[in-house]
Order: sequence, then structure tokens, then C-alpha cells
Amino acid sequence: MTDLSSAPIPPVGPDDHVADGGEEGLIVYADLGCPHCAGEWGRLRERPGRLVFRHFPVASKHPRSPALHAAAEAAGNQGAFFAMVDSLYADRGRVDDPHLWQRVERLGFDLERFEADRRAAATQTRIRRDFESGIRAGVAGTPALFDACTLQSVREREF
Amino acid sequence: MIAVGEQAPDFTLRDQDGEKVSLSDFRGRKLMLVFYPGDFSPVCSDQLSIYQEVRPEIAEKGVELVGISVDSSFAHKAFQEKLGIDTVLLSDFEPKGEVARAYGSYIDKVGIANRTLVLVDEDGVVAWTYESPNPGEFPGANVIFDALA
Repeated sequence: MTDLSSAPIPPVGPDDHVADGGEEGLIVYADLGCPHCAGEWGRLRERPGRLVFRHFPVASKHPRSPALHAAAEAAGNQGAFFAMVDSLYADRGRVDDPHLWQRVERLGFDLERFEADRRAAATQTRIRRDFESGIRAGVAGTPALFDACTLQSVREREF
Repeated sequence: MIAVGEQAPDFTLRDQDGEKVSLSDFRGRKLMLVFYPGDFSPVCSDQLSIYQEVRPEIAEKGVELVGISVDSSFAHKAFQEKLGIDTVLLSDFEPKGEVARAYGSYIDKVGIANRTLVLVDEDGVVAWTYESPNPGEFPGANVIFDALA
């Protein structure tokens, strides 16, 4: 049985999605279908220090979110995780499958592999792992920010 | 706030479809009452959406979960559709907030329930409670799982 009781977020690991370098920075639990996240994304990306992205799709509220998170994960397998996330947040009105294929073409990676990867069980498992770690840390809305070093929650106005 | 060990006050309220729902309907099962301030939150932080995502895990624990606020059944229906949730939402509408008051969750000066969780056991006894420090703070779903551990 899945344990979703309280626990701190896991420290940054080798298979986390990490943009930019350094030790200091933020871990963000974000929903790729969330307009509030999209609004904050530019500011998060421009902030100095590393940025760690963790999946937190709230499918009931944003029905397209699971597909978008899977697309980002599949893009990540071809070295383009953040390029896909940037693209999805920059153009929230074009997130159906043909729009995803256009992004794949524009970013120049393999469509066949992308299609297989985004539907793979391992992709769903990876996304759910992030989601459950957010639940255990009390994430109740997105974007939810944590200090990458201390793993403590960071209030939005402080970053 | 109602105390653990007290008999949970019975109630009959209408749900989002106008159907009457009573606490006694749940006798023999565990029930998590989720009091919340009101339908339609302005930002992407709806407590009930998050709970919806872990409904299967809550059900695994043998617990049903219902939301209660002072909104009308019609507002509940629209809110349920907006959030894409199927959690039962009860309307504590008239007399306004009567059930929230009975559970000690009502905030008189603003006319809404605080964000409060009340676990009622199989015998209708309050087994656990949680009250947010203020209505703007959401108890994460982890709080529910801590209570059910």
C-alpha cells in the first residue's frame, strides 16, 4: 500500500531534472497545465542558481496535465526536458498532440521515440514518484517551492 | 473545535445534486469531513483537487471523504464540474453554517467555515481533527494520511 504520510521532500538526486549549476537554488513542484505556474515560470528560469523541476500534475483540475508531463519526460530522454517545459509554458493554447509533434520537430528530436517514451509505464511511474513526494511534503497548490539545499518550503514572495 | 471522543453531531444536508445526505448514512464506515470556506478558489491551489488525486489511496484506507461549505447545492455542482472532481459536496446553506457551528469550525466574523478536517469513525465518534491556522492555509493530503496511519 502506498505510504502518503508526511515526509520531507527527497534531496536532489541524479535522475532529477536540474537546470543550471551550483548547489544553491530551488526545487519547484509544478503542474504543466497550471496557468499560475506558467505565469511564474519565466521568473523562476531567470533566477540565479539551479532549478529542479518535479512533476505535480493535478489531473482533475487540468485534464491535459498528465499528457504534458509525459511529453516533458519523453523529451527529457532526448536531452530536451527544459526546452519542452519552456515551450509548453510559453504557449498554453497549443497543447494537443499535433502541437506536441510540432514541438518535437522544432526541437529536432526523434518523434517515434518520443511517442513510445511518453506512453511508457516507466514514464508514468517517474511522474507519480515526484507527485507522491510532493503530497508527502504537504504540497497543496502549484507552484510549490523548496530550497534545494535545506529542502525547506520557500514562500513565493521570498524567492 | 469539536473534541476527539465526542459523538459527532448528526446532520442532514443536501449534496451537489440536491439529494439529502445524513451523517448516519455513513454509520459502519469511516468518514472524513472536509470543511472549507467556499467554492471557487482564485488560484491553482484547490484543496479538493489535490484530494481527488489521492482518492484511490484514501479509499484503500477504508475512508470516505465529503466536502462541506456554506455554498448552495447549485454552486457546489458548478464547483465540482470546474474542478473535475466527484467528491460529494454538502451544502451547509440554511440555517447558514449550522453544521460547521456544531463542529466548532465556523468563523463568525467572516461567515464561513475554517479549513477543518474531522474524521468520524464507524460508530459516529470523532476520532481525529485538524484545524488550519487560518482559512488561507491548506492542509495537504499528507495530513489525512497521517491521521489514517
